[in-house]
Amino acid sequence: MNRYPLWKYATVLIAVVVGLLYTLPNFFGESPAVQVSSAKATVKVDPAMLGRVESLLADAGIETTGAFYEQNGPVGTVRARFASTDVQLQARDLIEKSLNPDPADPSYTVALNLLPASPGWLSSIGAHPMYLGLDLRGGVHFLLEVDMQGALAARYDSLAGDVRSVLRDQRVPLAGAEREGMSVVASFADADARDRAQQALRQRLPDLVLQPREGSRPQLVGTLTQAAVTAVQDNALRQNITTLHNRINELGVAEPIIQQQGADRIVVQLPGVQDVARAKEILGRTATLEIRMVDDSATAQGALASGTVPFGLERYQDRDGRPVLVRRQVVLTGENLQDAQPGRDSQTQQAAVHLTLDAKGARIFRDVTRDNVGKRMAILLFEKGRGEVVTAPVIRGEIPGGQVQISGSMTAEEAADVALLLRAGSLAAPMQIIEERTIGPSLGADNIAKGFNSTLYGFIAIAVFIIVYYHLFGVFSTIGLAFNVLLLLALLSLLQATLTLPGIAAIALTLGMAIDANVLINERIREELRNGASPQQAIHHGFERAWGTILDSNLTTLIVGVALLAFGTGPIRGFAVVHCLGILTSMFSSVVGVRALANLWYGRRRKLQKISVGTVWKPKQG
Amino acid sequence: MEFFRIHRTIPFMRNALVLNVISLITFLAAVFFIVTRGFHLSIEFTGGTVMEVSYAQTAQLERVRGAVAGLGYSDFQVQNFGTSRDVMIRLPLAEGQTSAGQSEAVLQALQTVDPSVELRRVEFVGPQIGRELVENGLLALLFVVIGIMIYLGIRFEWKFAVAGVVANLHDVVIILGFFAFFQWEFSLAVLAGVLAVLGYSVNESVVIMDRIRENFRKQRRAPVREVIDGAITQTISRTIITHGSTQIMVLSMLFFGGPTLHYFAMALTIGIWFGIYSSVFVAAAIAMWLGVKREDLVKPVKKEGEGEVEVG
Repeated sequence: MNRYPLWKYATVLIAVVVGLLYTLPNFFGESPAVQVSSAKATVKVDPAMLGRVESLLADAGIETTGAFYEQNGPVGTVRARFASTDVQLQARDLIEKSLNPDPADPSYTVALNLLPASPGWLSSIGAHPMYLGLDLRGGVHFLLEVDMQGALAARYDSLAGDVRSVLRDQRVPLAGAEREGMSVVASFADADARDRAQQALRQRLPDLVLQPREGSRPQLVGTLTQAAVTAVQDNALRQNITTLHNRINELGVAEPIIQQQGADRIVVQLPGVQDVARAKEILGRTATLEIRMVDDSATAQGALASGTVPFGLERYQDRDGRPVLVRRQVVLTGENLQDAQPGRDSQTQQAAVHLTLDAKGARIFRDVTRDNVGKRMAILLFEKGRGEVVTAPVIRGEIPGGQVQISGSMTAEEAADVALLLRAGSLAAPMQIIEERTIGPSLGADNIAKGFNSTLYGFIAIAVFIIVYYHLFGVFSTIGLAFNVLLLLALLSLLQATLTLPGIAAIALTLGMAIDANVLINERIREELRNGASPQQAIHHGFERAWGTILDSNLTTLIVGVALLAFGTGPIRGFAVVHCLGILTSMFSSVVGVRALANLWYGRRRKLQKISVGTVWKPKQG
Repeated sequence: MEFFRIHRTIPFMRNALVLNVISLITFLAAVFFIVTRGFHLSIEFTGGTVMEVSYAQTAQLERVRGAVAGLGYSDFQVQNFGTSRDVMIRLPLAEGQTSAGQSEAVLQALQTVDPSVELRRVEFVGPQIGRELVENGLLALLFVVIGIMIYLGIRFEWKFAVAGVVANLHDVVIILGFFAFFQWEFSLAVLAGVLAVLGYSVNESVVIMDRIRENFRKQRRAPVREVIDGAITQTISRTIITHGSTQIMVLSMLFFGGPTLHYFAMALTIGIWFGIYSSVFVAAAIAMWLGVKREDLVKPVKKEGEGEVEVG
């Protein structure tokens, strides 16, 4: 009567095998690796780089144990694993030398790193080691808050400028336009001018909602529409995240996490980084955009050929490494750039980048382009104090209205990159660090050891007790508990959930609580025996009747777990994830897993006289 | 081996009144300490900076204090953490100074005193975060209480739901009372522990309620008090063994888990013991006083094949 159909045994067996497979990567440890990422926002690491690195290593006879390409947001990295640190160092030197011919101006960051050492066939079935939280592996955690009021104030400031220049273009007399809190206030000499201004502004600045106001003079109060405000905030956050990505990439961090949290916050986690001061400096750095004129005159060309730089000019390189001489005088800076989007030329269908300048920028740009038709204009990006020509297009004609299109020999992808670069050059809004956590690597290792040891000791103590108390059924329970840990670790590895110290505590607690189901079952079996049931009946009823109780008690615990998951942050969430998963695996392992063991052991014996569930004491009838 | 050789039903409910008065007094004392002493909140809640540094030899706390005070701080704490070589420094939020500046200045000051000092951990929390954590914590508590009441209400009966929740809140308040009385540090991990206790303690009550319902089905003529006593007696062996096992695990964390898990394990330990107590004496007694009846739990539906269904 206590026999499982074959499929139930099969289910348990499959669970064990899958559990083993996915837990396995955690035991391989880490192997030394070299990581290649872009050092400049203008250089992109793409899957082709993987081939390049592989062939470089093959040519030099350096053997890798696996090379990978990974795309993390807009940023790509190539990583190669090696058998030992010696090989790793050799490979690093080789790659560094070939990819960065000029050490003073590196295009790529080649960093030493650690990668999981699990073999390729495990990675190919998606079995990766658990992702360790910062408290276990060491590193830096920042929570940054984007100053949305600052972003909006900046937008209003630039709108005030737009209002002035629109009205100047339309020849509407204006007494003044300033930002006042979160609005733009324009003052006029008379109501007639105000009405004309309102008409003009409504057409040219559709994002503004205009309200007339009678102060000492007739005024117009402009506020952004809700949609425009949301757009400003979304853009600010997105742009800041992109900028952070570009900057952090330079640190050569293995797996940085840069995520939006809530409406105005960004989480940055840099595992393994110890130098907080440098991390902060890099996060806070700004890149700037400049537009200047190129000097292609014969004298300049001659000077270029002879290697000298005439007075008033500067020498920069474009993306293909060609030298360009540009004037020192700056036409426009990134401050006047409102937006940059990739697109296509409406006539030639060539890939292009569309720039939107603010009113002041548009005016300057119009004047400069009118006076310099046929000449080249360079768009420069300054990062780390070093400038590079992003593109240097020829001016075809006067460009009014602040809508600029850069086209030329660009692929669609390059256009997207340039647009991103121009947008991402600087932070859209100031950010403030509101939470910071640094954990040293020795503390991380300590935490792993302490968490692991306390779980192990607890497990051993429980196993000893339960086997002494319940004999063979105690052994079944212990195997069930071990099965539970296996499944839990496999699930955590499979979901790539982040394991933190509170998570380890949750594993320990789950084990302590999972024993409850086993105790309920074993006590129930004893009770059935006490009441005179035959051994086979006792097993059957024991499992059957305990099930309802197990379900009820686990469901209430699950409610708590879900609440913690929903409202918890940081350590609480780490605890809750493991807690919830642990409840599910413990139900399966104790109800299905242990039952399978009991059935396998006792189920086939028809004339079973006694089962080993410890002393079954019967009260004297009295 | 069997620990519990129980000859007859133990009259748990006989002394219910006295025990519940004791419970009430403990509860009020806990509330009193929470109100008067407040919590020793970790910087996760208050905002500020915590630094953990490690020395090669036993740390001279006085010299560390002197170095930090030399930077112009007045409201700070320096204490040993884990071992005598590890020191934890708590700094208040400083207006107009970044966290990076703060921790670097302190580390430099410490290095001039003793160059062997090694920075193990820095944690900075801005003032915005704390308020949110408190709000989220309270929301989680509310969600848990409502969720459990709904579940118990559907699965059992509203009287049990009320009794279960009262008993468990009583546990939570008493744990908080301990933390207030001893001024143990109340961190996010402790909050997780406290909420876990809530689930754990309900779990205990559920096992007993399950038994009460089953016994109502079996023992048709028995008075309510006897049914409850019987249910608790039948489950007491399981109660002690389960909690003993959980306690083994928690003790292991308390002793070997290091400072981070210490108070977490402490909260669980208190919670486990009060959880047993409140499930056995408080929850069952409240359900009894609320007038739980056989008809509340045993619905006259001809489903269970166990035999006749009582009418009337």
